[in-house]
Amino acid sequence: MVTSLDPRIRRADLEHSPASSGLNPNEHWDTFAIFHQDKRGTAHEFVGIVHAPDPEMALVFAKEQYGRRKKTVNIWAVRSTDIYTFQHKDEDMFSTVPEKTYREASGYPVRKRINKYLEELKAMRHKPVEEEEEA
Amino acid sequence: MIEQVKINEAMKNLLYRIADDELIIGHRNSEWTGLGPILEEDIAFSSIAQDQIGHAVALYSLLHEQFAEPNPDAIAFGRSESQFHSSQFAELPSGDYAFSLVRHFLFDHAESLRYSMLTESSFAPLAALAKKIKGELKYHVLHADLWVEKLSKGTEESHARMQSALNEALTYAYGMFEPSQYEELLIEQGIFGGERTLQQKWMEAILPIIERANLTLPMISGIDPIFGGRSGYHSDYLQPLLDEMSEVYRMDPSATW
Repeated sequence: MVTSLDPRIRRADLEHSPASSGLNPNEHWDTFAIFHQDKRGTAHEFVGIVHAPDPEMALVFAKEQYGRRKKTVNIWAVRSTDIYTFQHKDEDMFSTVPEKTYREASGYPVRKRINKYLEELKAMRHKPVEEEEEA
Repeated sequence: MIEQVKINEAMKNLLYRIADDELIIGHRNSEWTGLGPILEEDIAFSSIAQDQIGHAVALYSLLHEQFAEPNPDAIAFGRSESQFHSSQFAELPSGDYAFSLVRHFLFDHAESLRYSMLTESSFAPLAALAKKIKGELKYHVLHADLWVEKLSKGTEESHARMQSALNEALTYAYGMFEPSQYEELLIEQGIFGGERTLQQKWMEAILPIIERANLTLPMISGIDPIFGGRSGYHSDYLQPLLDEMSEVYRMDPSATW
C-alpha cells in the first residue's frame, strides 16, 4: 500500500495494483473536501477540508468555516476518500519536453486572423443600419 | 383613539424583550468559544453566538434611533439586572454541551418564527431587520436540528443526556412566551402577532424534530412556565453574567478596540 501524508487520500500505485486507503471506520471522523462557489454558474473551487461524521454535518461546518468571510452562493462537500488522484512521484507525466512546443496553442499564429475577423465583423455591423434606412 | 405614546411604549418593550434575549443567550453561547467539542463546531457555534449579539446590536440601534434610547453600548452594558427584559431561559448557565445545544434548538426555533412573524410588522424598520436576518436564522435552525437528531440517535449515553437536557430546559423555554401588558395593543396595531400565536407555531415546529430524534417531550399539560424575566425578575445567574460582560465598560465607558 502506498504511504501518503494524508492517509485519507487514495493515491494510485502505478507500479503495483491500486490500493485502498488505510483508516478503519470510526477511527477518526472523515475529512470532506470543500468546494466554494461565489456566483451561481461559476466553477466551485477547492478551498480546504473539514472533519465531519457525514456530508450533512460537513456542509453545516463548511458554511461557517469557508462561507462566512467571502461572498458565497453554494458549497460542495465531497468525502476525501472519494477523490482519486496521482502520486506526487508521477508528476513527470505532466512535464512537456521542449521540442513539443507545437502542442501548445501559443505556437499557432492566429492573432492576425482574429484581428482580420474582428475588422470584418465591425464593418458588417455598420452595414445593416444603412439597409434599414433604405427600407 | 389610542395615544401614540402608548404604542411607542409597547414597541420599545417588544424590542427590549427580543434584544435582551439575543444579547444574553449570545453571551452564554460565546462561553464555548475555544472550548467547543471539535474545531469545526467551535467555529460554527461561536459564529451563531456572534450572530445573536449582532441581532441585539441591531435592535438596540433601532431603540436608539427610533425612540431616543441611549446608544447600544450604554443599553447593553449600562443597565442594572432588573432593567433586563430577557427570559430566564437565556441566562441559565451553559451546562454541558447537550444542554447548550437543546437550549440553542428551543431558542432559535422560537427566534426564527418570531422574526418571520415580524417580517409582516406594521413597524417598517423592524420588518426590514427581520427580513435581513432571515438567512442567518435558517442556518441556526439547520445547525440545531442536525445536532439534536445526531446526538439523540447516537449512543445510549448521548440520548440520555439529550433527553435530560430537554426535561430541564422545557419549563424555562416556555418562559420565552411570557405575555406582556402590551399584548393586545401590539396585535391590534399589527406590530407583532403575539406570544400565544408564536408559542403555537413553535410547538408545531419543534415536535416533529423531537419525534424524529426519538426524544420524548415532557408532559405538556401541568408545566408551569418560568415567568418573570420579561418584567425584570431574574435568577441568580444573570448578575454574574452582567458583571463579566460589562467589566471593560465599567472601567472605561469610552473604550474601543
